[in-house]
Amino acid sequence: MKFDTPAGANPIDTMTVVGRPHTRIDGPLKVTGLAPYAYEHHKEVESPAYGYVVGSAIAKGRITNLDTSAAKAAPGVIAVVTAEDAGKLGKGNFNTVKLLGGPEVDHYHQAIAIVVAETFEQARAAAGLLKVDYARAKGRFDLTEGLKTAKLAGGGDSGNEAKEDRVGDFEKAFGEAPVKIDVEYTTPDHSHAMMEPFASMAVWEGDSVKVWTSNQMIAWGHGDLAKTLGMPKEKVRLMSPYVGGGFGGKLFLRTDAVMAALGARAAKRPVKVALARPMMANNATHRPATHQRIRIGATKDGTITAIAHESGSGDQPGGSPEIAAAQTKLLYAGSNRLIAMRLAELDLPEGNAMRAPGEAPGMMALEAAMDEMAEKLGMDPVAFRIKNDTQVDPAKPDRKFSQRQLVRCLETGAEKFGWSKRQAKPGSVRDGKWLVGMGVASAFRNHMNMTSGARVRLGSDGIVTVETDMTDIGTGSYTIIAQTAGEMLGVPAEQVVVKLGDSSFPVSAGSGGQFGAANATAGVYAACVKLREAVAQRLGYNSADVTFKEGKVTSGNRSASLKDAGRGGELVGEDKIEFAGLDKAYQISTFGAHFVEVGVDSYTGVVRVRRMLAVCAAGRIINPVSARSQVIGAMTMGVGSTLMEELAVDKRFGMFVNHDLASYEVPVHADIPHQDVIFLDEADDKANPMKAKGIGELGLCGVGGAVANAIYNATGVRVRDYPITLEKHLEKLPEVA
Amino acid sequence: MKAFTYERAKDPVAAARAVAGRSGAKFIAGGTNLLDLMKIEVETPTHLVDVQDLGFDKIEATKDGGLRIGALVTNTDLAADERVRRDYAVLTRAIVAGASGQLRNKASTAGNLLQRTRCSYFYDTNMACNKRKPGSGCAAIGGYSRQLGIIGVSDQCIATFPGDMAVAMRVLDAVIETIDAEGQRRSIPIADFHRLWGDKPEQDTVLKPGELITAVTLPRPLGGKHFYEKVRDRASYAYALVSVAAVIQDDGTGRVAFGGVAPRPWRVEEAEALLPKGAAAVTARAFQGATPTKDNAFKLPLATRALASVLAEAKG
Amino acid sequence: MGSAATAAAAGTAPLVAQGTSPSPAPINLPVKMKVNGKPRELKLDPRTTLLDALREHLQLTGTKKGCDHGQCGACTVIVNGKRINSCLSLAVMHEGDEVTTIEGLGTPDKLHPMQAAFIKHDGYQCGYCTPGQICSAVAVLDEIKRGVPSHAQADLTAAPGATGEEMRERMSGNICRCGAYSNIAEAMADVAGASA
Repeated sequence: MKFDTPAGANPIDTMTVVGRPHTRIDGPLKVTGLAPYAYEHHKEVESPAYGYVVGSAIAKGRITNLDTSAAKAAPGVIAVVTAEDAGKLGKGNFNTVKLLGGPEVDHYHQAIAIVVAETFEQARAAAGLLKVDYARAKGRFDLTEGLKTAKLAGGGDSGNEAKEDRVGDFEKAFGEAPVKIDVEYTTPDHSHAMMEPFASMAVWEGDSVKVWTSNQMIAWGHGDLAKTLGMPKEKVRLMSPYVGGGFGGKLFLRTDAVMAALGARAAKRPVKVALARPMMANNATHRPATHQRIRIGATKDGTITAIAHESGSGDQPGGSPEIAAAQTKLLYAGSNRLIAMRLAELDLPEGNAMRAPGEAPGMMALEAAMDEMAEKLGMDPVAFRIKNDTQVDPAKPDRKFSQRQLVRCLETGAEKFGWSKRQAKPGSVRDGKWLVGMGVASAFRNHMNMTSGARVRLGSDGIVTVETDMTDIGTGSYTIIAQTAGEMLGVPAEQVVVKLGDSSFPVSAGSGGQFGAANATAGVYAACVKLREAVAQRLGYNSADVTFKEGKVTSGNRSASLKDAGRGGELVGEDKIEFAGLDKAYQISTFGAHFVEVGVDSYTGVVRVRRMLAVCAAGRIINPVSARSQVIGAMTMGVGSTLMEELAVDKRFGMFVNHDLASYEVPVHADIPHQDVIFLDEADDKANPMKAKGIGELGLCGVGGAVANAIYNATGVRVRDYPITLEKHLEKLPEVA
Repeated sequence: MKAFTYERAKDPVAAARAVAGRSGAKFIAGGTNLLDLMKIEVETPTHLVDVQDLGFDKIEATKDGGLRIGALVTNTDLAADERVRRDYAVLTRAIVAGASGQLRNKASTAGNLLQRTRCSYFYDTNMACNKRKPGSGCAAIGGYSRQLGIIGVSDQCIATFPGDMAVAMRVLDAVIETIDAEGQRRSIPIADFHRLWGDKPEQDTVLKPGELITAVTLPRPLGGKHFYEKVRDRASYAYALVSVAAVIQDDGTGRVAFGGVAPRPWRVEEAEALLPKGAAAVTARAFQGATPTKDNAFKLPLATRALASVLAEAKG
Repeated sequence: MGSAATAAAAGTAPLVAQGTSPSPAPINLPVKMKVNGKPRELKLDPRTTLLDALREHLQLTGTKKGCDHGQCGACTVIVNGKRINSCLSLAVMHEGDEVTTIEGLGTPDKLHPMQAAFIKHDGYQCGYCTPGQICSAVAVLDEIKRGVPSHAQADLTAAPGATGEEMRERMSGNICRCGAYSNIAEAMADVAGASA
């Protein structure tokens, strides 16, 4: 199905199943521990051997000697595989750095071997017996240093075009602006830290391999595993029915899948592998640190006349920049604009996408800078943002947003949150020892269109089954796909069987970039349209006027049960949604507003979040239950990145020092208060037939800025170096001793 | 994790003998710290002596009005004991500020005193660490040291003792009771129990090989108001950047010890005498000669401000 | 068990992790425990954690391995009525113990009230930390009932209540990176008959 004109009325508009709060259909399995994750397929594989992956002890250099003899002689060991005996390996299209190192080492904890043994305990112990000699080479580990000579890497979009993105004459307008700021913000490297470690189980059958893994994008992983192993795709099968969190860390093929396949081939046994937690932060990808400079110039009435956002980040050779300036092209009005990114080559682990790549760190800076500017103008930060709303792409004024209700998000939020009680003068509200402040930020992220396919079956038993390689990484895909098929075929979601995450199913959008829900359900919609035609045809109905409702198929005054339609043998509808044009003609984005109240301990500088509200405008909300969860989860991650999360770089050894979950702190229960989320009632007909857009990342975009602004409002101390840990404002707080 | 043999000891002297008699043997009780370190081969015992059946799991009143806490009493049970909550509240406060409910259910009193530093370089066997491998150097010095020590450290090691319970016990003048392979008992004041690193950072405490902790005794209650102020980035389940254990009397005198700053709970009696003069006076004396790094210099003002918070609360 | 000790390699324990001395061959040890009410007998490498005994030997994979170092709480199970991190406990040390895992709390057809409340309030997303959260949540309500103190209590001598603040503090040893905390608190409050 080609989607190239705005969606008209369609069966989804009925909203008898879609749009209704629905508990997760996979819930009963998840809460009873019966949902099988990659390492847990005991039913399918009786006695796998256990693999343990060994990481490099240096960040840059060469392995001069790798002695596996002691490991091979250790009890229970079946095989040891290193680059030397892995055979020729390719590198995945989506990988910047190869997934098995040696003799060259590209980064700390890059995998250099797998030890396979009868038991996990034996594999782990034998891994400690590898004797590895290295010749260390000088590496580049300092972003500040790297950015001094870093090349321009584009203007905010893909990073492919090495030129700045300019509108009007920024320098002139900024120079002439009566009110202006010029500020620099930094954000550190972040770790996805998903709860399920990277894990895979590989089983060879002749020259074919099937791999259960934990991966967000089955088609990417499938293609890249085949490419890495030098095999035709048909001989590789990837399955990922349950994914224990990804946040972008599992977008790509990672070493666990490759090493499980190599280990299983060498051991001639099914092998399962999970990366040890202390190896994950350096072995896997991370969100790169950024150095950002923001300049805003405005007239005295608060109209932005000039805005510049420049961001620098680092990555491995061949990598790409963190697109932290991207949102600044579209979020606010302003006739003169400069957007630029710089990329330094570093030998730290591979940087790559983490939830809301670009906007997450970019809006931590931009939305705090907007707060600084509002204060300088003597304006309320909500009013300042509203004043600079734009309904068109500022670079192409005839290109409208398909739907943009940022102002309503801000106004609704301000009212619900009690924004009018905020004191503009920082440091003026106290609650006992706590300094109390409120902060606001806009939320913004583009919606992306992705081709997405699905197959829907109506069994001879009347059961509807959806098959697609879409994944559910906690996002609620199982449920919203069931709701979509249920709506299209007139049955409750509970009666739809959803099968996900298998490379033998039609290729979907996958889970990432907040493109999953809207595109994958649109793909299911397309397949359902096909199935509806097949049903109508079998029943001898005119497909144009057929309705599917409450288990019945009706055309004019003729009616049959859906079950009856299946009786003559299984009917299958398969299709994919493809997009053309509308996202060029319109800017399709999602919007929101974050409101946060914090308390800052006037003695210790400790920050605790007291209240949080997000108002989101993201098209039709397919399932308010799981959509709300996406938003509160993103808000939680935003609190983490603002208050505590930082991969600390040891610039001598080129590694992230705090590489476990005790030392890389993410928020715990006690950090997060009750969270409120409001969805504006929307349906975006330019987006897709579902009239839905992404939500999973919108919830993260801006939260950090709102928290930071609340801290400033509480303390009067502006910290521009994230995370805002207590030492950064401690000595500027009121005297206490 | 290296392979080891395992035995479940039936009496304390036999247990002590089993460990004293062979190099590489260790006691295991709750195991929450030891197993963590064994998995990454920071600890590589060849033999484990499980002491859980030795019966040191009671809290009893002593003749002189104090409490005797069995070495195997769990953190949870110690914190929950009514006498402790009433008379030694600083101890309950410290314990419940540490770790998580699950860990406290398993962690023992003795094990908590013996927990090893959480320095990231100690935990990473690719990095030089004099504590893990004597003579190999200290990668933490000149590295990322925000969590690490500011006083009592040495040019061999700048790690801290990470616990909370012991900081409260230091304020309470707890005494650690042990038994050795010969059946000899000794009592070690907690002030002397944890070593300053000096040139032997591999030795955390003054215990001899095979010496087994049997109990911790608390002298008579001090009265006063009890506080444990733990400062950390996240609200729970995190090690202290700085912690303050304090017992403050109505007249403004009292006792105070700091956690998260040194190789042991940091208490300086002369500094304590300055409590009526306020937090700044106390910390100026307590941290005299401190050698913080650029990353952790904030711990000095933080200690002062955390103590000021306690003193303000004591005044009510 | 004492005789097994003689088979251990002599010599000192290497202080460096990546030593080269081979490990002694593991001698499996017997252990009996009751898991979800059923007596189970296993012969295990002494290095086997309770977590791996459950997941790999008894194939009860509801208990999750998130970090294997006591830093996340995904492996939480209830042993003799108390929640612990099963990753930081050797299976052989649980002779005679009664272990309850997520599978023992309820099944899809017969959910435990806490499991039902997690579904109702969407107290999860990816589901990986969920069994640990639920085991912890069940134990936390019991701890509050038993009067076990917490960091959230203002008055240590008073009985704690099932308040939002208490539950958030007590649940803090269970990390949920998806960030379902607010909903988990609602689910627990529902079961406790309180408000989060």
